[in-house]
Amino acid sequence: MLSWTIYISFAGALLQTLLPKGNPALARWFGLLFAVAGLAIAVAGFAAGMGHGLEVVTDLPWVPAMGIHYLLAADGISRVLVLLTGLASVAGVLFSWNIDLRTNQFFAFYLALIGGVYGVFLSYDLFLLFVFYEIAIVPKYFLIAIWGSTRREYGAMKLALYSFVGSAMVLIGLLASYAASGSRSTGLVALAHAQLPAHFQMWCFPLVFVGFAILAGMWPFHTWAPTGHVAAPTAASMLLAGVVMKLGAYGCLRVAMGLYPHGLDPWGFSFLGLGSWRDVFALLAIIGIVYGALVALAQTDFKFVIGYSSVSHMGFVLLGLMTLNQLGVTGAVLQMFSHGVIAGLLFAIVGRIVYERTHTRQFAELEPMHLSRRLPFAAWAFVFAGVASMGLPGFSGFVAELQILIGAWQAKPWWTIAAGLGIVIGVAYTWRAMQRGFFSDVVPTAHELEEERHHPLAPITWPEYAGVALLGFATLAVGLYPRILLDSIEPAVKALLAGGVQ
Amino acid sequence: MNYPDFYSALFRATLPETALEVAALLVLVVDLGLLRKAASSTRTVVAALVGVAGCSAAIWGVYAAGWAGISAGSDVLLSAGGSAGVAQIAILALTALTLLLLIDSSFTRHPGEFVAVVLMSAAGGLLISAAQDLLVIFVGLELLSLGLYILCAFAKHSGQSAEASLKYYLFGGMSAAFLLFGFSYLYGLSGSTNLSQVALGTYFAAAHGGTPLLLIALVMIAAGLGFKVAAVPFHLWAPDTYEGAPVPAAAFIASVSKVASFALLISISTAALHFLDNLLFKTNATFFGFADAWRLILILLAVASMLVGNLAALAQISVRRLLAYSAMAHAGYILLGLAYFSSSNLSAAAILYYVLTYGLTTIGAFGVIAVVEKATGSNRLDAFLGLQKRNPLLASILLILFLSLAGIPPLVGFWAKFNLFAAVLHSSSGALPISLVALAIAMSAVSLYYYLQVLKRAFVLPAVDDTPIHAHPVTMTVLLFIAAAIVALGCFPALLQNWIASFYLGW
Repeated sequence: MLSWTIYISFAGALLQTLLPKGNPALARWFGLLFAVAGLAIAVAGFAAGMGHGLEVVTDLPWVPAMGIHYLLAADGISRVLVLLTGLASVAGVLFSWNIDLRTNQFFAFYLALIGGVYGVFLSYDLFLLFVFYEIAIVPKYFLIAIWGSTRREYGAMKLALYSFVGSAMVLIGLLASYAASGSRSTGLVALAHAQLPAHFQMWCFPLVFVGFAILAGMWPFHTWAPTGHVAAPTAASMLLAGVVMKLGAYGCLRVAMGLYPHGLDPWGFSFLGLGSWRDVFALLAIIGIVYGALVALAQTDFKFVIGYSSVSHMGFVLLGLMTLNQLGVTGAVLQMFSHGVIAGLLFAIVGRIVYERTHTRQFAELEPMHLSRRLPFAAWAFVFAGVASMGLPGFSGFVAELQILIGAWQAKPWWTIAAGLGIVIGVAYTWRAMQRGFFSDVVPTAHELEEERHHPLAPITWPEYAGVALLGFATLAVGLYPRILLDSIEPAVKALLAGGVQ
Repeated sequence: MNYPDFYSALFRATLPETALEVAALLVLVVDLGLLRKAASSTRTVVAALVGVAGCSAAIWGVYAAGWAGISAGSDVLLSAGGSAGVAQIAILALTALTLLLLIDSSFTRHPGEFVAVVLMSAAGGLLISAAQDLLVIFVGLELLSLGLYILCAFAKHSGQSAEASLKYYLFGGMSAAFLLFGFSYLYGLSGSTNLSQVALGTYFAAAHGGTPLLLIALVMIAAGLGFKVAAVPFHLWAPDTYEGAPVPAAAFIASVSKVASFALLISISTAALHFLDNLLFKTNATFFGFADAWRLILILLAVASMLVGNLAALAQISVRRLLAYSAMAHAGYILLGLAYFSSSNLSAAAILYYVLTYGLTTIGAFGVIAVVEKATGSNRLDAFLGLQKRNPLLASILLILFLSLAGIPPLVGFWAKFNLFAAVLHSSSGALPISLVALAIAMSAVSLYYYLQVLKRAFVLPAVDDTPIHAHPVTMTVLLFIAAAIVALGCFPALLQNWIASFYLGW
């Protein structure tokens, strides 16, 4: 059943190209229809799969001569991420309600991207996974380049090239593993069973891991993320932060760590205190956490703050993966979901609700606008999302980051201390953004009050309410009752850690 | 030798070539005789259709000739089936597509002659894809090349066309001389003109100290054939020819001539690996005749082509020149497949898959360029501005074609690359092949940039001119067919793979 998420998205994309031009409303409603259908299937699939392990959805021989199968399967991790994709796609359509330029093309690219993302999360054949992974690249470019804002062509091209370089690294690893395994199959399970030699895994693991981690925003390959997020239209930045960065993290977990477990073994010598690829990537993840948070603290553009905070939060995901223990990796998967929802919410508030009314994202210009008074809904929604992003108890981020930190402590205590520093800075930059963006204490002059009364900001529309409610509900529900996802994630992570993807 | 039998066998084996030549004569008769007074457009349509009919007849001929081939004594002259069969059908199908592109063009008042030359040239292509003898190879190559020089110059009113043709001719003449010189050394070393005898003879010659002469011969041959496939450093003609030649001629050079030349290279590489098959005793040879030196030369050409082609394409502002440089890059990938050639037909099938789909895509790309050129009078990048508004269908086709060239799944260009690189890694393990494949993949990541430059103008940047662009229905149908084929073959890659594999079964 879950496979229909893919087909329905691509069918929606195709249908959008056939819709008459100059009827944006029709394109919007069709976009929403297909996104909701995808979400409904994702929810149903999630509910039906609860308590089950790995389930094969579809298995057809695709290229028999090369042992490539069209193999879709889902375990607990996949189901959670498919659910996230469904949520993000519906919210993205809701926050794109104001797109009037070439609306049907916008939704065509949008749904094609979503279809590719669903495909990656459901593929159990490395080759198929790669195909879907690449399908997701091209729509991103056009979404940003055509409908974006600040330096959109630069941001779009940078994003496309970074993604393509990352996927080129993955392709090299894929080809090399395919040749080295000699099994004439590209199935994840078959490759994991192929007993790839340890020295091969030692060089293939970092290649594939970095290839995927580029898209996950790992420092120092993160620079596409802030520029890309800022340039993208709201829905695209929601998807970028919400699901596309998760594609990278998911690839790191499922492919790099699943196929090349020996790549994480100690080298047998130590260099600057680093004794394995695990140490290297954990260090990069921690640098990403602290660096992203510090840079976010210094931004003057509202959207850049969120962009860098994504780098910081994705650092937690990568750190969680490198703990290699049950708690840490479970936390990493939960953090993927949590960050996907919260970052989507933040980008929606900043990029759509605020920017489309004020036409600026500079704090210096937002401060005199007194948005807490003029846009109370936006202000309180941002407080809600900001608090969730800081990781306060009751929100999904808390459960996720707590698990990662405990897992990191079990692995190496100093990782927890360094990452904890990132959380503290995270509180600071969120607070600062909240204050400067909404709650400034500049006293308005009488003239300004007069101006405000004559030029009221446009009221919040129903799609905006609906989108905020959807994402807010998701983070709150998972925060209050995390078992709803953990019951799915934990057994899958346990199986994965026990024996790769076998 | 029993001559009546030999000639009937020869006639059977050359049935496709004969069909093309008959069609060529028929076109001339119809165009210059029956339709002398008719309107130019009618003549073009009729000439193209007769040409297409000739190609179809020749495809039938390939099947009708069976897997027999033709031999003089024990030496094979023309092989049949296997790679030769695939390449011949590909050549004929691609020729038919380029002829259909002619219908919309107006560069010449002599469509009949154009079609006749195309068909004769294609006959040369058929010959070299099957040839197993140095002399037949040379005759076939010259038949192909001479036709191409004429086709390039066919736009008599265009100075660019004349320049393109002259450059192509001068480079071509020189490389033919190199090739012949190399062949003469091979003959001197081995005492035979048959490919497998040459491979065997050079093996013994090299074992007795003939290696330096062999190397000279191989370098000369690489220069001659490197010219045909536009491998760096024998590529200098390509950008000017691609830019100046009339569209059907340029598409023909970029597709059919490539397929034929790579089929020839496959024959040579196969012969180089299989010479021991003819020996009565089997040795576990550690030295493979000219295979080692040949591999080294091919690697050098491949690396140079990938680097120069991809990097130079970044700086182009003419889309035709961009395609020329990207053609070098693609030739580089294929040469890599030839360098690490497997003794089974895995590599041959992968290379044919690549060059066939590449040829198809390039014809489509030239078709789109033709339409845009006709409307805007330019093939610069800026001529494509706002194409999605001026002709959305054409823009979507361009998107599919260029993404396929860049190797984005699920389009067929990606499969071709994957197939080819998998064959490379499968036929030889070690650090060098993996690093070369890594270089090729990295370079194809570079290539995405320049393909996106074109697509960016078509889809992203605002149009300077909003007037719709109309394309001739036949051109549009051909382009739609090509785009659909690229998507369909990309989604179901096994179709084409099985079709190619079926030729090796009967071998």
